[in-house]
Amino acid sequence: MTFHPGPSNYLHRSMASGTSSQLAQRRLKIISGHVQPPQAREALSLHPCSAPAASSSIPKRRQEVLKWNGWGYNDSKFIINKKGQAEFTGKRYKLGGMVLPALREWMEKTFGASLEHRTTSRVSLNVNDVPPAIINEGFLYDLKATGISYSFDTEDRVFRAHGHCLNEIFTLREGLFNRIPDLVVWPNCHDDTLKIVELACKHNVCIIPFGGGTSVCNALECPEDEKRAIVSLDTSQMNRILWLDEKNLTAHVEAGIIGQDLERQLGESGYCTGHEPDSMEFSTVGGWVATRASGMKKNIYGNIEDLVVHIKMVTPTGVIEKSCQSPRMSTGPDIHHFILGSEGTLGVVTEVTIKIRPVPEYQKYGSVVFPNFEQGVACLREIARQRCAPASIRLMDNAQFQFGHALKPQVSSIFTSFLDGLKKFYITKFKGFDANQLCVTTLLFEGDREKVLQHEKQVYDIAAKFGGLAAGEDNGQRGYMLTFVIAYLRDLGMEYYLIGESFETSVSWDRVLDLCRNVKERIARECKEKGVQFPPFSTCRVTQTYDTGACVYFYFAFNYRGLSDPIHVYEQIEVAAREEILANGGSLSHHHGVGKLRKQWLRESISDVGIGMLKSVKNYVDPNNIFGNRNLL
Amino acid sequence: MAALVSSNSGYSQKELSCKKKDEFEDILEERRQSSDIQYAMKCYTPAIYKGLSPCKPGTLKTAVLKSEQVQYVIKQLSKETGESPDIIQEEAMEILEEMGHSLRLGAIRFFAFTLSKAFKKLFQRVCVNEEGIQRLTQVIQEHPVVLLPSHRSYTDFLLLSYIMFTYDLPVPVIASGTDFLGMKMVSGLLRMSGAFFMRRTFHGNKLYWAVFAEYVKTIIRKGYAPVEFFVEGTRSRTSKTLTPKFGLLSIVMDPFFKGEVFDTYCVPVSISYERILEESLYAYELLGVPKPKESTSGLLKARRILSENFGSIHVYFGQPVSVRTLASGRINRFQYNLVPRHISQRPSKDLQAFVRDVAYRIELIQIENMVLSPGALVATILLQNLPGMDYDVLVEKTLWLRDLTRSFGGFLDWPGNLSASKVVRSSLTLHSNLMSLVDGRVVLLGGRKEESRLTEELVFQWALSVLMCTSYRNQVVNVFVRPALVAISSQMAQSSRKEDIYHTFIFLRDIFSNEFIFLPGSALKDFEEGCFLLTKCEVIQITPHEIVTDRENAVVSFLAAMFKPFVESYQIICKYLSNDTTQVFTEKQFSSGVQNFVSQLLVTGATQCYEALSRDMQNNALSIFVQLGVVTKKQVANGLTFCANKEAVNKIAAKLGSKIPSEKVLMSRL
Ligand SMILES: Cc1cc2nc3c(=O)[nH]c(=O)nc-3n(C[C@H](O)[C@H](O)[C@H](O)COP(=O)(O)OP(=O)(O)OC[C@H]3O[C@@H](n4cnc5c(N)ncnc54)[C@H](O)[C@@H]3O)c2cc1C
Repeated sequence: MTFHPGPSNYLHRSMASGTSSQLAQRRLKIISGHVQPPQAREALSLHPCSAPAASSSIPKRRQEVLKWNGWGYNDSKFIINKKGQAEFTGKRYKLGGMVLPALREWMEKTFGASLEHRTTSRVSLNVNDVPPAIINEGFLYDLKATGISYSFDTEDRVFRAHGHCLNEIFTLREGLFNRIPDLVVWPNCHDDTLKIVELACKHNVCIIPFGGGTSVCNALECPEDEKRAIVSLDTSQMNRILWLDEKNLTAHVEAGIIGQDLERQLGESGYCTGHEPDSMEFSTVGGWVATRASGMKKNIYGNIEDLVVHIKMVTPTGVIEKSCQSPRMSTGPDIHHFILGSEGTLGVVTEVTIKIRPVPEYQKYGSVVFPNFEQGVACLREIARQRCAPASIRLMDNAQFQFGHALKPQVSSIFTSFLDGLKKFYITKFKGFDANQLCVTTLLFEGDREKVLQHEKQVYDIAAKFGGLAAGEDNGQRGYMLTFVIAYLRDLGMEYYLIGESFETSVSWDRVLDLCRNVKERIARECKEKGVQFPPFSTCRVTQTYDTGACVYFYFAFNYRGLSDPIHVYEQIEVAAREEILANGGSLSHHHGVGKLRKQWLRESISDVGIGMLKSVKNYVDPNNIFGNRNLL
Repeated sequence: MAALVSSNSGYSQKELSCKKKDEFEDILEERRQSSDIQYAMKCYTPAIYKGLSPCKPGTLKTAVLKSEQVQYVIKQLSKETGESPDIIQEEAMEILEEMGHSLRLGAIRFFAFTLSKAFKKLFQRVCVNEEGIQRLTQVIQEHPVVLLPSHRSYTDFLLLSYIMFTYDLPVPVIASGTDFLGMKMVSGLLRMSGAFFMRRTFHGNKLYWAVFAEYVKTIIRKGYAPVEFFVEGTRSRTSKTLTPKFGLLSIVMDPFFKGEVFDTYCVPVSISYERILEESLYAYELLGVPKPKESTSGLLKARRILSENFGSIHVYFGQPVSVRTLASGRINRFQYNLVPRHISQRPSKDLQAFVRDVAYRIELIQIENMVLSPGALVATILLQNLPGMDYDVLVEKTLWLRDLTRSFGGFLDWPGNLSASKVVRSSLTLHSNLMSLVDGRVVLLGGRKEESRLTEELVFQWALSVLMCTSYRNQVVNVFVRPALVAISSQMAQSSRKEDIYHTFIFLRDIFSNEFIFLPGSALKDFEEGCFLLTKCEVIQITPHEIVTDRENAVVSFLAAMFKPFVESYQIICKYLSNDTTQVFTEKQFSSGVQNFVSQLLVTGATQCYEALSRDMQNNALSIFVQLGVVTKKQVANGLTFCANKEAVNKIAAKLGSKIPSEKVLMSRL
């Protein structure tokens, strides 16, 4: 198992636009530079267990590259440098090594944060705090006999005890979880998984499947009162592409493969799945299936439920799968939908057949500025009505637009900044746009060149009808590039008493505006009531459009100085915000899932009978609650 | 039942102890010192709602007409009736024209000027609690606001707009009855000052309802201006708070429930008149003399009143109440998720109950913040001593009542710098049309000679005076009603056991639930409050199982006498209903029948209860009997008919009649 600290290549895909040959060349260069020699045919063997795991961007010992107490790669983070300026470290991302002169002031102004007031996080994981492992001797004995890789190592266990909810990261920084997995196992393939599940049933051991660990609904958290041994079943070694079928345009992959590896490896053959959740650097196919994930480019490729053709899952009662790979069938309720969104409560997804598409010939970014959020939403609604949404279309509200400015890197050429200034002048003065009202939409078009250009024109024409002004490719591209680094920002904030989180919902078109306004207002009110000293940062964006509605994503953060139990306060506010969402016709979740974080509302979301149906499935499939992470129900 | 009123009552002192009230400022004072023209022409830049998207009245109307809500109803009606949508749309436009306001600054300035003149002539002071104004100013900028004033006079909405203008607040858009429409000039002016008009009855007219509701909601959603209407629905002719209407209240709360606004604030406003402009008009109306149609010339004739003095007005802007806060935990807003919001749904049970509850709460706040004048106390005492009493005794009793009112939480405006005698005397001067001081005796005017044989004409004359006087007593009844009903129950009940008294209390509270304002479903709390107040002034003692009442106590006698007219009137109405001659009757037949019946009783001296002549009382009684199922209501071809269950009516009469001490005994005690 070699570790390749190569850059997160996929993220460098983002050159503004190009012809197909340019694009292909670029990809090739990136790939040849950083990836180990392409896997030989053995990797595509149909007997994967005997084959070594494929190369992965994330090693088996995650701690070698990933932070123990924050998001992402060890080498990539926001810091305040010696000059007191914000800077993003590392070389993985485009922003790497750049100074962001406006960020500090933004933090100070938005949150009342100050560099003098720093929190004191633990410097490293304290092994002595870790609760002792509960060992099921019988299980261990039988497991050893199988030869499947496992570990009791404290770090290994802690790394698989959490996802990336605020409370989880906060806990790591300030203390430790009361309950963590007792043992980590790494099955190499479907058959290994089968054995592990069998042994778990035999010895009554609790299994929690672990994919990329990017869960944001406390789905990976161990139930504190679980008395049985808890085994974290890490799928990372089941990460091969088992076969490609170019006739039918499908790929059969193991569920532990992570997004960036999947896209890179498919790219080598000129294909992609097009499934790009913002967490794709770390999250896995199995995780996507288990949470009903949604990718940025779903408008072209669909969400995970549209992408999967076949799923294989190991459950305590046996293996569930369909007998064919047909595109659609009428055979009673679709069993895939018991698996999609099961959040690790029914079994382990081991293999998935997923749709693939040829890598698009041409990509083009774009952006449009609207005088206000209302106009922006109206435009997105019209684009959805005409069913001409580009691969991605996202509308940021004013606060996020301003925040985008805070993340502008220092510019080397005065020329650019002059242009920048002119642009700002142009928008704010000439067109009568109010800098405190305007908002921006970022666009990504994909396809063959001609069609992209046509499509682009159509979209810009619609935008113009809603007062939208084209604001250039660069702004669009920057927007998408930032998506991946924004997740790193929370760690910087936490150094300065700022805590925050994002949460999402989906809602019908007619309620988008009302929901956005009410939720933001509710957050502001709750903060005030709970004694938060500074006005919170609460902002939203529309990240997906559908025929009948949209996905709305909120960011919410505040300065917690002066609060004795900030996490509790944070949680109360998030509960209030979720209640507001539900009261405004929003869904419990568009793609993050329920986990344990949102369980309390599932019943009212899907009715008593709905809960009953889920329960009876669970009772049949897993009567002894082997998959005991207690998500959903 | 065991939990019922423990000897150390669960009713906490805190809840009742007069919450600290704000100070008042007389806004006429400045008017008397500086130019009215300048005032009317002042720079007027009212504080506005932060989310306001500015729009003109015309645009507002178009927005309403084009709204999904109205268009949906138009399409539906077209389908139902076969009429073309265009024609229905035109009809909708006409409704909007009839209804719509056309807020104009010029008209507002005109009113500011003329009202300054008129108010200075009519009233001594117009007092406003400025802290309330400050609260209002704040909330107006944050949220859509609904002003909910009490309604005693046409002056109410002029006055309120005037005050808003004075304090640089946006003048409200007002939902008022269409009976003004007859007065062309006035209605035009009123419109321009923000009033819009609603037909009193538009039952069954779907289009009207849709247009009207959408109009109000659009104003709320846009935060265009504060919306003002009267929870009581109409002017109270008796000065007693009328039981609330729910329609408009549920309309203004709807945008919140549907998430169209984050919140909506209701601001109860209590407007107390020391003397009401319409006092004699109301008395006529209550006696069933047809109300003169409000025509412009009629109003001009009313100029006569400009030469009279109507004392002070107190306007108290209560604490703004957040609908969101009220609804939290009570209304599940999910119920709106499954139907497009422009399709109006039948309100759910919990919503209906909620609206009802809010309406009552608002009225209770209004009552709590009503300023009571010494004149009301004088009228109360005098009414228990008709036809007149010694001046000295009146002063003494008024003082006694002042203290009692205060200890019961009444909000009194008693001039601290004057002697009691001066205070009483100035009240008599203010009400000189009603009472006068002759040879050391204060008498109610109204031409009744002690010995002369009564005729219907004399009865009518006297009744006018009594009802006018009653309207001042009525300003204070809601302060006393809870302890009074406890006191009366303890006299009526079969024993002094708590349960018996409580049951009697519930019976009375139910019977009189159209007369006084009780929060639905809080009988126990009302009972406890009554007990608490009586214990406080040592009238009753509560032991583990009993409530021991000192029947000789002056407070008990006073309270019983104060509410005796209600008890007796209801008894008389029961008697009328159980008459053999009364079979199936219409509302009209009931009115004239009961009126004749009562007059005969009065002429023959069989009763002294002139209040039984009040139409208001009669209608309240009929409607409560219908609610209690004692009288059944039937819809027939040409209206409603009623039929009384005589046995049940008799039972109520008997219950009301038990052990009420006769007037004679009472008089001697007081
Ligand atoms: C910065 C950031 C951005 C994100 N952006 C997106 C986004 O754009 N779209 C989106 O949909 N989500 C997003 N998420 C949420 C998260 O990435 C998704 O829920 C993702 O699908 C989780 O995959 P994972 O492999 O990390 O699973 P994990 O976090 O490891 O597990 C999630 C749940 O699935 C179960 N599970 C995992 N693998 C399997 C398996 N093989 N079989 C059965 N159960 C399994 C686990 O037990 C757990 O309950 C984001 C999260 C973060 C932190």
